[in-house]
Amino acid sequence: MAELSPPPDDAAGPSRDRPFPPGPYPVVVVGSGPGGIQLSYSLRQLGIDHALLSADPSPGGMFRRWPFFQRLLSWTKPYAPVERGGRAYERYDWNSLLADEPEHRAIMPTFMDGSSYFPSRPEMEQNIATFAERTGTIARYECRWTGTRREEGPDGESFVLETTDGEYRAPILVFAVGVAQPYSPPTPGIELTAHYADTRPAETYADRRVFIMGKQNSGFELATGLLPWARRIYVASPSPAKLSVNTRSLVGVRARYVQPFEDHVLGGGVSVLDASIGGIVREADGSFVVTARPSDGGDDLTIEVDEVISATGFVTPLLDLPDLGVTTFGQARLPAQTPYWESASVPGIYFAGTIGQGSAGLKKHGLPANSGAVHGARYNARCLAAHIARTRLGLGTQTPALESADLIDVVLGELASAPELWHQRAYLARVISLDPSAGARDEGIVPLAAFVDGQGDDGQADALAMTLEADGTGAIYPVLYLRRDGKIDERAIDPDPLLRFDTPFVRDQVTTILAELDPIASGG
Amino acid sequence: MATRDEIVDQIAGFALFADLTTPQLDRIAHMFEEEVFPEGSRVLRQGLSGSAFYIILDGEAEVVIDGQQRATLARGDFFGEVSILLGEAPGADILASRPLRTLVLAGPQVHQVLLDNPPLMYRMLQAQARRLRNANRWRS
Repeated sequence: MAELSPPPDDAAGPSRDRPFPPGPYPVVVVGSGPGGIQLSYSLRQLGIDHALLSADPSPGGMFRRWPFFQRLLSWTKPYAPVERGGRAYERYDWNSLLADEPEHRAIMPTFMDGSSYFPSRPEMEQNIATFAERTGTIARYECRWTGTRREEGPDGESFVLETTDGEYRAPILVFAVGVAQPYSPPTPGIELTAHYADTRPAETYADRRVFIMGKQNSGFELATGLLPWARRIYVASPSPAKLSVNTRSLVGVRARYVQPFEDHVLGGGVSVLDASIGGIVREADGSFVVTARPSDGGDDLTIEVDEVISATGFVTPLLDLPDLGVTTFGQARLPAQTPYWESASVPGIYFAGTIGQGSAGLKKHGLPANSGAVHGARYNARCLAAHIARTRLGLGTQTPALESADLIDVVLGELASAPELWHQRAYLARVISLDPSAGARDEGIVPLAAFVDGQGDDGQADALAMTLEADGTGAIYPVLYLRRDGKIDERAIDPDPLLRFDTPFVRDQVTTILAELDPIASGG
Repeated sequence: MATRDEIVDQIAGFALFADLTTPQLDRIAHMFEEEVFPEGSRVLRQGLSGSAFYIILDGEAEVVIDGQQRATLARGDFFGEVSILLGEAPGADILASRPLRTLVLAGPQVHQVLLDNPPLMYRMLQAQARRLRNANRWRS
C-alpha cells in the first residue's frame, strides 16, 4: 500500500496552513470544493499519498459565493424515512460528503435551521468546511494553479503543475475546479451587460426594468429573487423553458424558480420570451434597447430596459489543458472523458466534482446523471479514488465474496436503498462478478458505461450489474444487466408506485432474471 | 468547441436542415446538445434501451450489427432515429472509428421536434427512403 498523506509537521503551527509544499507527488488534486474535498478524503482512505491544492483561502468552492440568492437547489431532509447517518439516509441528504466514520456522516442537517429543506449557502459552506476539518482533509490554500506541462523523467512521462507557490510533479493530475467561469455569448452589445456572476444586491434593482438573457436555473433564480424589487422583468432565450416538473427529472428549471413563469402566464409584469437576442444598445440616458427575434417568426421586438443581465452559463476553467491536448466540447467547454473521468485525449489527467458531468454515461432516455451536483459527484469521486488505486497505483481493493444463497437478498437490498443507484440513475451500477472459479464477488460501484462496454475495473467475467433508472415518464424502476460471454442483456423490472424494490413481487422478478445466469447467481 | 452560432452555420449546410429558416435553425441548435466520443468508443449499443438521435458534426463512425461492420457514417449523417421512431432498442452498435463530434437530441424529444418542423421530418423521410431503396438494391 502507498503511504498515507503526510500529516502537517506541526498541527498547531503555520505548517498546517501550508501543507503539501511544491515537489513530486503520486497524485495532485486541484480544487477545494465538494469534489476536491471528497476525492482527497477518499484517496486518503485508500492510503494514496497526494497533494490537495486550492486557489481559495478556505474550503467550499462555488458555495463560498453562489447561489447569488443564497439558497441551494439541492435538498437535505433532516427527518427522513430512514435513520440519519446510515447509508440509506444519503438518498434524502443531497449535500453531506461521504465518510466511512459514522461520526463524520450526515453533517449537513446539523447546520440547518428548519426554515427550508434547501440549505442556505452559508450553511452549505459550513457543511463542507466542517467535513474537511473533522476528517482532517487538509489542503494548501491560496496556491493558484497557473500552468501545466509534460516532462520526461526517469520513471517516464509526468506532468508539471505550475502554481503561485512553485512546481508540483505528478503522473496523475485531478482537476476539481468547477464549471464556474462566467460565459457570455458573442451577441452584439454583450459587453454592455452584467453577467450573473456580477449581479448586484437585489435592492439596487428596485423599480428598475430588467432584461435577463438565459432561461435556465440561473436566469430564473435571478428573476425569482428580483420579483419583489424589479418593476418589469424580461427573461429570454431561443428555446422554450423546460421545467423539471414537466421533464420529471432535474433537467429544466427547478420548481422553486417557477414563480416568474406563473407571473408571466397570469400577466403580472414578467415576460418569458422564446427569442434570440439580435443586439443590445446603450441609449444616451443610460438605458438599454434590446432587440429580440421571436423563435416562431414574426417581427423583432424592441425592448427598453434599465438593466441587462446575461445568465448565459459558465465554462470550465481549464487554463492551458486544451494546449496539452485535452479535448473539450459544448458551451461549458467540458473536457471529453472516459467513463472513469479520465481525459479522453490525455491519459493521466482526471476530473472530479461538477466537471465530471463531461463523462455523460449512457444518458438513457435523454436524462443526465447528477454528476453536476454534489449528490452525484460525491459518488463519482469515491469511485474514481478506487479506480486510481486499482489501475494506476496497483493497490488492491476489496471484492468481498458473497454466498450464492444470499445473492437475491443482496440485490433486493441494493435496489431498495443504495444511494449510489438512487442518485446516479443509469450511471453508476453495483456489480457482482460471477466467475465460476472465484464465486460471486461484490465488485462495488462501477460506471454503467464501463460495465456494458467491457471496460470496467470488474473485468470481463460473467457478471450482474444493477441500477435504478428513469425514463422521463415519472417512473423509477430497477434494471439488471447480465453479462454472459461478453454479451450484455438488459432486464427492466416493473416500477412500483411507492418505490419499494424489496417486495415479494420484485423478489420473484429478480429470481426469474437471475435464473438466466449460471447456478452461482440463481442460488443453486 | 463550437458556439451556438457556429453550430447553426454548420448544420445549415446539412441536407437534413436544408429547408429551415435561420430562426428555426437557431431554436433547434439550442435543443440539441454537443457530445464527443473518443476513437473506439460506443455511441449506440445494440439491444440497450433509451438511446438518442445523433447527427455527426465531425469524424467517422461504423455501423456494426452482431459484430459485423455494415456501413460507415460521416459528417452530416445521422443515426438513432429508427429505434426512437419504433420504440425499440437499437438494432446496431455505432462505434466511433475516429474522434466523433455529434449533436444529440434525447429520444423523448424527437417526436415533438419532428412535429414542430415538418421540413425536417420530410428530409428525414427522404433519407429513410434512400436507405430503403439502397437496401432493396443490395438484396436484389
